[in-house]
Amino acid sequence: MPHAPVVIVGAGLAGYTLAKELRKLAPEQPITLITADSGALYSKPMLSNALAQGQTAPTLVQATALAQAEKLQLDLRPNCSVSAIYPQQHRLETESGELPYAQLVLALGARPRQLDFPGAELALSVNNLDDYARFRARLTPGAHVLILGAGLVGCEFANDLAASGHAVTLVEAGERALQHMAPASLSLRLQNSLQSIGVQCHFGSGAREIKQLEHGYAVSLGNGCHLNADLVLSATGLIPETALAKSAGLAVGQGILVNDQLCTSAADIYALGDCVELGVSGSSQVLPYVLPLMQQARVLASILSGTPSRLSLPALPVAVKTPACPMVLCPPDRNAPGDWHCERDDSLGAIHHFLGRDGGLLGFALAGDACGQRRQLAGRAPALLE
Amino acid sequence: MTQLAEADSAVGTRKWICLVCDFIYDEAKGIPEEGIAPGTPMAAIPDTWACPDCGVTKADFEPYDD
Repeated sequence: MPHAPVVIVGAGLAGYTLAKELRKLAPEQPITLITADSGALYSKPMLSNALAQGQTAPTLVQATALAQAEKLQLDLRPNCSVSAIYPQQHRLETESGELPYAQLVLALGARPRQLDFPGAELALSVNNLDDYARFRARLTPGAHVLILGAGLVGCEFANDLAASGHAVTLVEAGERALQHMAPASLSLRLQNSLQSIGVQCHFGSGAREIKQLEHGYAVSLGNGCHLNADLVLSATGLIPETALAKSAGLAVGQGILVNDQLCTSAADIYALGDCVELGVSGSSQVLPYVLPLMQQARVLASILSGTPSRLSLPALPVAVKTPACPMVLCPPDRNAPGDWHCERDDSLGAIHHFLGRDGGLLGFALAGDACGQRRQLAGRAPALLE
Repeated sequence: MTQLAEADSAVGTRKWICLVCDFIYDEAKGIPEEGIAPGTPMAAIPDTWACPDCGVTKADFEPYDD
């Protein structure tokens, strides 16, 4: 009887990167990859930069499911949802029957945070290629798009839409863009740059209601302001996808809890990427973005191929892909005491250091021509995970 | 001589790093398994090329000096 396969659930960047890394290390290992979507390979970071690059949903597809299955020698099962996991029996229940696993990897990603006000469901969100296709189908040339949320994704979409000839209104409940990641002066720098390419910013008051009009939508803000737009795009953050893990009895916090070997609370069940919460030595953190995911995939591939390994993460700066004002942000731990210090801030670029009480570098933020310092500074900032 | 000099200048020796995932493209090595021959300069790679690790385009690469 053949050995049960390694089963990966999810065909996003996490699932496919793991499959690729595992295939490199274990050429003969049977790998099954199950995904609820079509299994097409695409780059999620491209979704918020695709318009200005002349890309559409079909051109964003880098390989079909069939091509991926062939290239990575996968038993690939697209358009198939997993309904239950039975950890004791090492068995999955899927839409198309039961499946045993030797090891199971959850690469389920994250879902958009649900907004809680009347008409919130009228806002689109773009969290995967199918969402993106729906968004583009409804986006007419020159349309006015109102974006809810001025975080990383909201700002990137604002830049991409404005640079491709759309009218853009950016609404943020907080006082400034990227407020949890950047010092105030860089937030202002980004806002000014976005405004200079035509983005209207409404900050300090969030949406309270969305109403459908005959043409487009009316959005009311908490401060009494009323705004009209052709489309409303929500970019108010992601929450790890945990429902399947929770129903299987796995330990779940904000995300699916894993240790530094990416192991969940159940034997032979691992998780990586945007769905996980990494809990190590009493503290835990959700680590979205691409770099942590890549590191996790390499470590997990090593473990699954029989070589013990554990995750360590250096400081991982995040590139903000806003061509109007390119930035690199490496924010300090949220609870770290200290302050932002401006090293340089002029028309060409900016360097801000976040210094702890003892003067040590705990984080940094760069803009413009200073972005090139990211690696040098990342080497001096504390590791995310030793 | 001129021809040789031209051929030499067409052989890339720089390195480039992906801003999203830190993948390094080494012109000297190319990526033979993707059909990019050793010595292929970044500029000669089609704009439709995608980062082998994270899939972003050439626009998200910057020069890398070790």
